[in-house]
Amino acid sequence: MSILMTFRIALKALNRNKMRTVLTMLGMIIGVGAVITMVALGRGAQATIEDQVKSAGTNLINVNAGNFQAAGVRQGQGMATTLTADDAAALRDVPGVQYVAAGVNSRGQVIAGNQNWSTRIEGTDVDFPDIRVWPVRYGMFFTQQDVNSAAKVAVLGSVVADTLFGPDVDPTGQIMRIRNQPFKVIGVMTSKGQGSFGQDQDDTIFTPYTTVQKKLQGIQHINNISVSSVTANTAPVAAAVGEVLRARHKLGPGDPDDFMVRTQEEIASVRTETTRTMTTLLAAIAGVSLLVGGIGIMNIMLVSVTERTREIGLRLAIGARGKDVLLQFLVEAIVISLFGGLLGIGLGFGLSAAVENFFQWPTSIPPNAIGMAFGFAAATGVFFGFYPARKAAGLDPIEALRYE
Amino acid sequence: MAVISVKDLVKTYIVGEVTVRALRGANMDVEAGEFVAVTGPSGSGKSTLMHILGCLDRPTSGQYLLDGKDVSRMSKDELAAIRNIKIGFVFQGFNLLSRTTALDNVELPLLYNGGSKMKTAERHRRAMDALGSVGLADRYHHYPNQLSGGQQQRVAIARALINQPSIILADEPTGNLDTHTSVEVMGIFQRLNIERGITIILITHETDIAEYGTRLVRFRDGRIQIDQQITNRRDAAKELAALPPPEPDLPNEPADVVPADHLGGVS
Ligand SMILES: Nc1ncnc2c1ncn2[C@@H]1O[C@H](COP(=O)(O)OP(=O)(O)OP(=O)(O)O)[C@@H](O)[C@H]1O
Ligand SMILES: [Mg+2]
Repeated sequence: MSILMTFRIALKALNRNKMRTVLTMLGMIIGVGAVITMVALGRGAQATIEDQVKSAGTNLINVNAGNFQAAGVRQGQGMATTLTADDAAALRDVPGVQYVAAGVNSRGQVIAGNQNWSTRIEGTDVDFPDIRVWPVRYGMFFTQQDVNSAAKVAVLGSVVADTLFGPDVDPTGQIMRIRNQPFKVIGVMTSKGQGSFGQDQDDTIFTPYTTVQKKLQGIQHINNISVSSVTANTAPVAAAVGEVLRARHKLGPGDPDDFMVRTQEEIASVRTETTRTMTTLLAAIAGVSLLVGGIGIMNIMLVSVTERTREIGLRLAIGARGKDVLLQFLVEAIVISLFGGLLGIGLGFGLSAAVENFFQWPTSIPPNAIGMAFGFAAATGVFFGFYPARKAAGLDPIEALRYE
Repeated sequence: MAVISVKDLVKTYIVGEVTVRALRGANMDVEAGEFVAVTGPSGSGKSTLMHILGCLDRPTSGQYLLDGKDVSRMSKDELAAIRNIKIGFVFQGFNLLSRTTALDNVELPLLYNGGSKMKTAERHRRAMDALGSVGLADRYHHYPNQLSGGQQQRVAIARALINQPSIILADEPTGNLDTHTSVEVMGIFQRLNIERGITIILITHETDIAEYGTRLVRFRDGRIQIDQQITNRRDAAKELAALPPPEPDLPNEPADVVPADHLGGVS
């Protein structure tokens, strides 16, 4: 019997029991739909991270004070006092280094007019806009002069500017208060969105690091150093940076680093890895529902074989060969799973779109996931359809005809 | 040479501790063109023999030659091909596929005979021919549950005819039918036997039905007790012409033409 004919017979048989067919398909639809949605969510998260990595700046190397990975130097990040402005200055001479900015972080209450806001205060250096590839929207970034004199000048992130002075208002020249000290607003950054740890990068105020050290916190050390390398090959530059700092800190060969050097890629890869693991886990859980759907098909096919024993007996009696019957039932299972798979893909697209719309979570469906879901659906049909089909094909015609 | 030749055919069933000896050495030769009526008490092994002759079952021992070929040497697929092309089987319980039209039911054996490579129109034409030869051409689109018992049995006969078999085996084909319908169905068998020369072996409980055949075989306890030619064979066509027409079984449809009519319309 030709395969086309077999398909037609299978469709007829499935059509005779529409309700059951649809319910059986439902398992497949939900399974495939769940897998697609989960993969779409995971891929969307991954794509977001990649975007954030790009927005964080190119060829970026971060140096943080302290080293939470090394035993013995276990200090909280930000608590360590191992980095100084001189360390940062020394890094400018490391081959391959383009920009360097010392950083001191703080938080505080800021006031302008009757507006009040609590935000991050990031003390940094003049290279900052170049390192982060982040242009100024209004006014200008602070100068070396401001850094040297620890001037009370502030460059606002767009969220802070919008909150304090209203959107699309140029606040340069205005006076605001940071921790009750008057600062002059000299610029506003363009909007950048989420950073690589999900924080809102625009909810920040930038001032010279010296200002944070002397006017706000009264400290000598700095928290971190941002370095950008000339080329994208950051690893050797990061190593050289580490060597210079070890030498400056007079660390012996066995001593652990009292700082941490990480390239942007390393930071990103950890997060990407985490997200990938999550995606795999979610897809695996969704895969279980696909498996359950497959078992559902087997269950129904077994019921169907039993129910249609007399039909099978008759077909055998009028000349169907074992393999004709096998193929007929196998094709029925495959038709159910493929149709279910197809509808499941549709459901996956719908669910992903819904999630994206309602929760503002980015999703992205990779084309090979569709192929895989479809292939997996077909494989489920063959795998779970084979046993019932073989059972049908192995029936004895006389006993099957006599079956009540 | 005999079309069918069985020697010392034995079939034993073992159910738990009990051994049922359904056939205890049956011997029979059937020549081409014969119409053998098989009778005998219930449980005497008639159906068992029929299933073996129809290649649906294998004997425990003994020999079965079909056209001189030993059936026991054939593979499962070869047996399937014989059931498909060479032998048409008609069951007491019709065994039509439900929710499947008469036409589709009749076409079914074609699907297992390379008929799927046949054009759909050609398959339909052949199925319509077969339905026509049992007088049901106008009911091709009906489902089994829309047909009377006699009509269903005629669809089953059409199905047995579709691959133009040389042998028809019928196990109590009139067992579920009333007298008038039985005569109709026997008329079809007689016509196929006489006009097309198809060899027929037919099981029946009723001695008067047996008289439509050319030869009578009587079973008893798994053996053939009587095997004789029928001297004054009955003629179903003539008897039907003499009988009053039955009430139409589907009142709103005048389609169920009296058999005398369709007997004339042989394709
Ligand atoms: N599958 C089976 N398993 C066990 N015993 C069986 C089986 N099929 C038939 N028999 C037994 O074999 C014997 C012959 O059965 P068979 O069906 O050939 O009788 P029969 O002559 O056709 O009877 P009837 O006129 O009632 O149809 C019976 O005793 C029956 O119980
Ligand atoms: Mg019987």
